[in-house]
Amino acid sequence: MNSTTTIASIILAGILTNNMVLSKFLGICPFLGVSKKSGTAFSMSIAVTFVMVVATAVTWPIYHYILYPDFTYLDTIVFILVIAAIVQLIEIFLKKFIKPIYNALGIYLPLITTNCAVLGITMLNITNELNFIKSIVNALAAGLGFMLAMLLFAGVRERMETADVPEFLKGLPITLVAAALVSLSFLGFAGIGG
Amino acid sequence: MEILLPVIIVAVIGLIAAIGLSLASKFMAVPVDETQEKLREALPGANCGACGYSGCDGYAAALANGEAKPDGCTAGGASTAEAISKILGIEVKVEPKVAFIACNGNNEISKLKYEYDGMKSCSAASLLHAGPLDCKFGCVGFGDCAKACVFGAITVENGKPIVCEELCVGCGTCVKACPKGTVVLVPKEHKNLVACSNKLKGAAVVKGCEVSCIACGMCVKQCDKGAISIVDNLAVIDQALCDGCGKCKSACKRGVLI
Repeated sequence: MNSTTTIASIILAGILTNNMVLSKFLGICPFLGVSKKSGTAFSMSIAVTFVMVVATAVTWPIYHYILYPDFTYLDTIVFILVIAAIVQLIEIFLKKFIKPIYNALGIYLPLITTNCAVLGITMLNITNELNFIKSIVNALAAGLGFMLAMLLFAGVRERMETADVPEFLKGLPITLVAAALVSLSFLGFAGIGG
Repeated sequence: MEILLPVIIVAVIGLIAAIGLSLASKFMAVPVDETQEKLREALPGANCGACGYSGCDGYAAALANGEAKPDGCTAGGASTAEAISKILGIEVKVEPKVAFIACNGNNEISKLKYEYDGMKSCSAASLLHAGPLDCKFGCVGFGDCAKACVFGAITVENGKPIVCEELCVGCGTCVKACPKGTVVLVPKEHKNLVACSNKLKGAAVVKGCEVSCIACGMCVKQCDKGAISIVDNLAVIDQALCDGCGKCKSACKRGVLI
């Protein structure tokens, strides 16, 4: 991706060709951990998407107005710090003002603090030299891509509940095999839209 | 200077985040019921939902409101129930339970109505004309309960599941696994038990099994404590009243009581 990338191609790349989970292998822990039911998978994806967008909106100015050009090597540590603080702040805010959403997200919100997909997208926005608007769009697309992967995989796992899985593959092994196949199918998108 | 500046930058960003968070937690603080918080800490936090609430938080809230009983947490068991009752200041006695197979049948005793040659699973067999046994209440004997038990407390011998009461923790997983409802939970300190689940009358019961309860009522007459009653053509022993004298056992001609 270079600076001439259009918004449409960013969205396409974020959701399909460069899918956060299935092509870049970021955010695997929630992908495997919270994909047992499509309901919880959806809540988690909404939370991740929201945090990705907010985190990008905060880290992009920090990088370009504070760290650039002398202290760019500080990006990882500063981003982790900022993301952790943002997630905490969002949690407090939701608890006070939008209690239903807080209850629906439950344990997933604090889990995002250490979600590598969120850190990943903020770092990728910097390395791809996207401007502010494109960064936000990229974060949103990555979040939607995450949601697509989660929902697809939750569907696969719900079907697997009733499948006659050999004893030695039951549980995590068959989940990993299924994850590999879903990821493989997404490789079919490679090349679309450049 | 080269080291100092980045240190200052990170420290300042951290400080701003810290101040922001502490201000936010102060101004946007939500008053939380203290008892509820303590209860939540006492729960295992597995959010398994076995208590019937949305999760540990939901159960803690219901406990604090007095809507739920303190022994509702299956995952936490007796120790959790004790901790909860301590917080709530009420007495609770949790009786340890064990699984019991309420059927005397095995490969020799239980008569078949057809030869089953399918998947070796009780639930699969039960789908076909209510199972291969003549008695539709009886133990099918493929050991779905044994497969379900994570503690290895159930073994199947000669088509009859045997519960090892030392290993059984009374979690009830086998009860859910049994398609017939033949596995039940009984108090660990149980006395006499009824090893039959057949709720049918007379001839229909006798035909399929020699050791079934025909609801003759001999045991009821023998019991001094009035602990036995006949419910739905089946003897039922009230464990609270039974003193384990065993008179009913010798009275039963079909060896249903054990």
